[in-house]
Amino acid sequence: MSLVLETRNIDKHFYKPKDFHVLKDISFKIKEGEFASIVGKSGCGKSTLLYILSTMDTEYTGELFLNEQLITGNSKEELSRIRNRNIGFVFQFHYLLSEFSVIENVMLPAKKLAEKSQKEIEQNAREKLEMLHIGHLAEQKASRISGGEKQRVAIARALINNPTILMGDEPTGNLDSHNSENVFNIFRRLSIEEGLSLLIVTHDNDFAQRTDRIIEMEDGRIIS
Amino acid sequence: MINWSVIIGIAKTHLLTKMKSTVTAALGVTFGIGAYITMAGFMTGLNNLLDGLTLNRTPHIRLYNEIEPSKKQPVSLYADFENTFNVINSIKPKESQKKIHNALPILQYLKTDDAVKGATPQLQTQIFYLSGSIELGGMLIGADIMEEARLSNIKDYIVKGSPEALRNNANGILLGAGLADKMTLTVGDRIQVSTVSGDIFPLKIVGIYQSGLAEIDNSQSYVNLKTAQRILGQPENYITDIHIKLFDIEAAPAMAKRWERQFDIQAIDIKEANAQFETGSNIRNLITYAVSITLLIVAGFGIYNILNMLIYEKMKDIAILKATGFSGNDVALIFISQAVIIGFMGGILGLLVGFSLSALIDNTPFETEALPTIKTYPINYSPLYYIIGIVFALLSTFIAGYLPANKAKNIDPVKIIRGT
Ligand SMILES: Nc1ncnc2c1ncn2[C@@H]1O[C@H](COP(=O)(O)OP(=O)(O)OP(=O)(O)O)[C@@H](O)[C@H]1O
Ligand SMILES: [Mg+2]
Repeated sequence: MSLVLETRNIDKHFYKPKDFHVLKDISFKIKEGEFASIVGKSGCGKSTLLYILSTMDTEYTGELFLNEQLITGNSKEELSRIRNRNIGFVFQFHYLLSEFSVIENVMLPAKKLAEKSQKEIEQNAREKLEMLHIGHLAEQKASRISGGEKQRVAIARALINNPTILMGDEPTGNLDSHNSENVFNIFRRLSIEEGLSLLIVTHDNDFAQRTDRIIEMEDGRIIS
Repeated sequence: MINWSVIIGIAKTHLLTKMKSTVTAALGVTFGIGAYITMAGFMTGLNNLLDGLTLNRTPHIRLYNEIEPSKKQPVSLYADFENTFNVINSIKPKESQKKIHNALPILQYLKTDDAVKGATPQLQTQIFYLSGSIELGGMLIGADIMEEARLSNIKDYIVKGSPEALRNNANGILLGAGLADKMTLTVGDRIQVSTVSGDIFPLKIVGIYQSGLAEIDNSQSYVNLKTAQRILGQPENYITDIHIKLFDIEAAPAMAKRWERQFDIQAIDIKEANAQFETGSNIRNLITYAVSITLLIVAGFGIYNILNMLIYEKMKDIAILKATGFSGNDVALIFISQAVIIGFMGGILGLLVGFSLSALIDNTPFETEALPTIKTYPINYSPLYYIIGIVFALLSTFIAGYLPANKAKNIDPVKIIRGT
């Protein structure tokens, strides 16, 4: 099975306010179709690691591979393109563009990619929304829907370009157990039915237990 | 690759949801451009008017003979005194004729020159105007009136009668308006002129000439060249001035110098004769641009402020766009587009406002004795100012948008998402 994501000896320091070695020698691999979770105490560096993996943070040493291609050291433009094409990201806070409608939010990354016609993009976006049971909200303003709905819109947006991997930083952190369960089921189905790889940071033990693999972190290291 | 439709789409949404600030910023530009168009149109209209008052009636080059002492005194012709230091007291010019030698061949020659639009002969002489017991000193100009009408806007200043009327009447005169007033004469009346040597000559008034410059109107009149020659008892080649219009006024100084040497004659060009008018025009232009640029800078600061605020408000949006694959340049373009859209809308509206104000001024009555042909304030509608106006609007808003956009470009999405 091919590798979707691989890190080799990633180290990161924060230099302000004082030198702080936040990530220490991080090496691990995610296979295609794998549903992995990252757990660990607050402050152990989970989010920091995820920002590096998502190519938004480039200040680290070590090597990062995506689809078996080294992407460490690529230009910012190049990284934007990779992010747009290959990585879907879901935040703890839903982060939608509040002035745009739900469907416009979902369509935006695909419009940027510009590989499909406007019509196809809109149709894809509707399919994703339907799949997440929020098709009826398509024309709503993004600021006028509930938190759980927003989170699902964010997932739809992350999926619009059919990425190779979906990353989430506590995507269920702000949801009640019912909605949380809902999101988990969506992830599970995507991993099985579409062969999507997922890497989800979570504090929810129950959630983590049901994933294929748990990566545990402590003090900036992976301990299992 | 830049995906313009997405970028413009986002920019438009931002502008529409911030309608109030958008309108405020656009109105700032409108104000600046409107003021520029109005001022430029009015100031240059005024310049053209004043130029017309003097410059259009002034030939580009005037050839004449000056009475002056010879530079080469007879003593220097003697070989005996060649290496001596000669002192001559009380040099007086020779009483030579004011007539231009070879005037007719020179005229012929000038008319074949490609740079020359036209050359007209004139006979200028001192004269006394007699009417009843009144005797007024003045100038009489004998001219080829039809040719003058073609080359200058003298027609505008003939308030009664016409150039044709003068041409058709060998004893006709176009009397200065001031003279006509003083002597209570009008078209159809008779007037007598007396030469310096005392010969009296009757003329019929076929028109009134009002230049707007009292000094000229109180002393100067036109007759046909032949009439003037007849009054002075001089032959047909007696010509004191040659007036030349060129196709390119800028060439005047150089041509004047050349002909001065070629014809051994005095030549004065329009720039030399009217240096002060150029200065006046330049100062008016300077004021126009200083005021307009100030207004636009103020408008620019308004746009800069509004975009800066917008970027602070939109930090989260910027982080999301970057996280989902928009590059720093895309984000910068979103904000620059907003600035340029504001500039374009405000600029176009500014052109319309400027045009309307110009039209308003253009229709405001402005009547003055000094300017017989002017009924309303002058306005210059040159498209150049409209082009400069819109280019300036786009340029200044682009600059005002560039700095905030650059800031947006460099925002680190991780910092925003972390919430620090
Ligand atoms: N910009 C920064 N400058 C300095 N230190 C930072 C910065 N951002 C994070 N840190 C520190 O790095 C450590 C790791 O932070 P990180 O956000 O990765 O933790 P986390 O594992 O995601 O925690 P949580 O589960 O609470 O989200 C923390 O101790 C934090 O204080
Ligand atoms: Mg975290």
